[in-house]
Amino acid sequence: MAAVNDVVIKIATVNGTGSASANGLLRKSIFRMGVPVVGKNYFPSNIQGLPTWYEIRVTGDGYHARSNRVDVMVAMNAQTYARDMAEVVPGGWLIYDSTWPRSALLNRDDISVIGIPLSRMCNERFDGARARILMKNIAYVGAIAALLDIDLDVITALLEETFAAKEHLIASNMEAIRLGHDYAREHFACPLPVHVERMDATKGHIVIDGNTAAGLGCVYAGATVGAWYPITPSTSLMDAFRTYCSKYRVDPETEKRTYCIIQAEDELAAIGMVLGANWVGARSFTPTSGPGISLMSEFIGFAYYAEIPAVIFNVQRTGPSTGMPTRTQQCDIVSCAYASHGDTMHVLLFPADPAECFYMAPLAFDLSERLQTPIMVLSDLDIGMNDWMVPELEWDENYVPDRGKVLGAEELEQMDKFYRYLDVDGDGITYRTLPGEHPKGAYFTRGSGHSKLGGYTEDSDEYQEVVDRLLVKWETARNMVPEAEIRYSKFNKAAILTYGSGDGACKEALDRLEARNIGLNYCRVKAFPFTEAVRSFIEQHEVVYVVEQNRDAQFRTLLINDIDADQNKLVPLLHYNGMPINAGFVVEKVLEEIAKGRAA
Amino acid sequence: MTYIAKPRVSHPGLPKNELGLTSRDYEGAVSTLCAGCGHDSVTAAIIQAVFELNVEPHMLAKMSGIGCSSKTPAYFVSQSHGFNSVHGRMPSVTTGANAGNRDLMYIGVSGDGDSLSIGVGQFVHAIRRNLNMCYVIENNGVYGLTKGQFSASADIGSLPKKGMPNQQEPIDPVSTALSLGATYIARSFSGDKEQLVPLLKGALLHSGFSLVDIISPCVTFNDHEGSTKSYAHTREFYHHVVNIDYVHPSEEIKAAYAEGEAMPIHLHGGDTIVLRKVDEGYDPTSRASAFKFLRDRFNAGEITTGLLYVNESREEMHELMHNADTPLSKLKFEDLNPGAAELEKLQRRFR
Ligand SMILES: Cc1ncc(C[n+]2csc(CCOP(=O)(O)OP(=O)(O)O)c2C)c(N)n1
Ligand code: SF4
Ligand SMILES: [Mg+2]
Repeated sequence: MAAVNDVVIKIATVNGTGSASANGLLRKSIFRMGVPVVGKNYFPSNIQGLPTWYEIRVTGDGYHARSNRVDVMVAMNAQTYARDMAEVVPGGWLIYDSTWPRSALLNRDDISVIGIPLSRMCNERFDGARARILMKNIAYVGAIAALLDIDLDVITALLEETFAAKEHLIASNMEAIRLGHDYAREHFACPLPVHVERMDATKGHIVIDGNTAAGLGCVYAGATVGAWYPITPSTSLMDAFRTYCSKYRVDPETEKRTYCIIQAEDELAAIGMVLGANWVGARSFTPTSGPGISLMSEFIGFAYYAEIPAVIFNVQRTGPSTGMPTRTQQCDIVSCAYASHGDTMHVLLFPADPAECFYMAPLAFDLSERLQTPIMVLSDLDIGMNDWMVPELEWDENYVPDRGKVLGAEELEQMDKFYRYLDVDGDGITYRTLPGEHPKGAYFTRGSGHSKLGGYTEDSDEYQEVVDRLLVKWETARNMVPEAEIRYSKFNKAAILTYGSGDGACKEALDRLEARNIGLNYCRVKAFPFTEAVRSFIEQHEVVYVVEQNRDAQFRTLLINDIDADQNKLVPLLHYNGMPINAGFVVEKVLEEIAKGRAA
Repeated sequence: MTYIAKPRVSHPGLPKNELGLTSRDYEGAVSTLCAGCGHDSVTAAIIQAVFELNVEPHMLAKMSGIGCSSKTPAYFVSQSHGFNSVHGRMPSVTTGANAGNRDLMYIGVSGDGDSLSIGVGQFVHAIRRNLNMCYVIENNGVYGLTKGQFSASADIGSLPKKGMPNQQEPIDPVSTALSLGATYIARSFSGDKEQLVPLLKGALLHSGFSLVDIISPCVTFNDHEGSTKSYAHTREFYHHVVNIDYVHPSEEIKAAYAEGEAMPIHLHGGDTIVLRKVDEGYDPTSRASAFKFLRDRFNAGEITTGLLYVNESREEMHELMHNADTPLSKLKFEDLNPGAAELEKLQRRFR
């Protein structure tokens, strides 16, 4: 087994031991060598003492998904040693802390085992229990650097940046790096056949997680009110919004803030606050996950019917119920699309990576104000909490927020009378007013039956006129949402259709299938309702593999429901074990389907 | 620029306020509640209060949940925006609205069901935040709109129209608010406009959370003999402790208020209220003694009313959070967006 810039390193540790910064250092140094990387966290729903893993995929080809393979396992957790060892591919390597003898029973003769006395070396060199643990983490980075041929200068530069303010830490960290590095060099043949070589493939790119990007996107979108109730895996989105707001939204003189983050008592309150703030004209959002959506549902239906903008980020995690809170899935597709009782439908956006989380934030606010309805951005744990390489984020200085059809005081002054739900333009979108502008703009916002004039009604025709007009608006939305990404390999009657975090695995799978002379077309949907392009894409094909990360083929249901897609064509390929989907799965399933006799 | 509400119809005989509006200009749609419902009297008191306070209609936001009581914002000040939200969730909507625009005057109208059962969580958390709003509970001991089931404010032993008396301990919004640190707490009766209007005025002008718990009998489901929320029962056991007078900023406070007997309280906006003690034993500035007094009188079967607690010194939500003075909804996009160059710079961390 030999490969350059195509290796998966998995580090098994115990959570709460500070391994995250060591793993980040390793991932960053490879990136700084110009080599694309993917970083995935597999962590428990727990604060301290349980197993956690970080997986770094070094991918010279620049793929985005996880690889379902481990070449080099860094087994730092005795608890999981046996299963970690079992996971290594034949011909792979396992690095462990040889300070403590391990059971001979656990040997595998098809892999190479590299023992490095990390604890012993760090205990000899450093004082204090905490420092020893932290330095042991840094020492394994040093060992990996030697084994994979990672440039020590790059690591030094990174440490200097990180500890710019604490010089003594640079020296001690470098010392720990050297301990691991030198020991590996002295005792093992370095580098391994799988290793890293400098490339030039990361220029103009960053590595970022989706929640940070989305939080930053909200700052750039001009959001001022964020209301939330903490829930994994969405919490870091509000953390990012707070971090950037405290940097950019605090007056240096008065220390007054141009943002307001409210930690609500629950998700019912969080969404209520978001509606209140949007109702007075402040851009407001809430980040949450599946259980939060369940609680917010009554208000989401209210916002749909009373036509109030709102932006909701749903960073999906594995359901049902509490499910596996630290594992990923795309399992809230149907519950978000039709959240709440009664006839309700909601516009959904599906970012495929952190860059889209950033760009879809202002887009979501624009759409919500333009359409006067809640917009849900359906990210997931894989996008939200993992490290993705994406092109550097850019901001278009010409961007002007779309505040939608809001009548100002001057316009109201000129008007004879204002009616809130009158479809003046024929696009299903009516004019709204903000409190505090003008007495003529006053109207009564209600979730009870109302006529187009805005008054309470129990009259069948008046009621129906309004809900029918909402369907007109739905069609307007269909023409406003972002277009799908569509690719044709060569003309073929079969295709893959996916959305969100399925994108990376599917694109990689397309390459692999292509190499076997199976060319499939590709459609990556970015929004619900589905555009005309999505409808005709499905129509053109005989088989469409719908790749998604839930058990019940929820997206397929939406396709059938929203655009009457022919269900016989839509073959579900479902990955729902809580781990991010990988290309191998898609390839295997497509091949299975082909073998079953479906055309490809 | 402000826009003055136009008088809707001219009523030459009616007195005008400083904005040139009559009380009719503060009216709303015709009420659809049962004839004699206490809630309609509260509506009338609110109209009088905002008229007398010269509130610009478009600067008032009327918030509510669901229930007969929560319908009432439709029946006053039709030139104000109203938000009839979902059951029990008025406080969160008001919190968000206030976060977005702190310049508006917020009045929330709720019921005992809306606030003390389904919405008790939001009620207590709005208090904790010291949200700047006037929170009115039209308290009738029952769920009017769903036809008379007991609410959480029903007293032990209170009789329903049919069936068993209530056996569960009531939740008293006043002592709840007191324990949570609400900064203006009043109780009144829909049938006592003279006491109620000044209490509402003080509540509207108070900076921070003000609660006005109003016994407001449900004539259809809870006004019979044996009910402790009936007109007759309330009149019989009604006990004033502290009434207030509202003093316009232009008026001079008369020195005639003798020490101990009356106490001026200066509100943030420059207005003043003067407390008039009816019961000498009551101190509305002490939480501890208010607690004890309320408990004792409650045990004696009395309904203590008036301004029960006031604290002008605690900061309201925006002050506590150091928020900009300009409403967040009014800030310019350019002032909120850090710009392209900054984006470039901040991404160095991610390389
Ligand atoms: C989620 C939800 N559950 C139940 C109801 C039914 N409901 C409407 S009003 C109400 C009780 C209102 O009682 P209260 O707040 O005391 O108002 P009142 O009618 O007595 O003035 C209930 C249970 C509802 N509207 N929404
Ligand atoms: S049912 Fe009761 S609370 Fe409702 S309107 Fe009638 S009297 Fe008022
Ligand atoms: Mg009630």
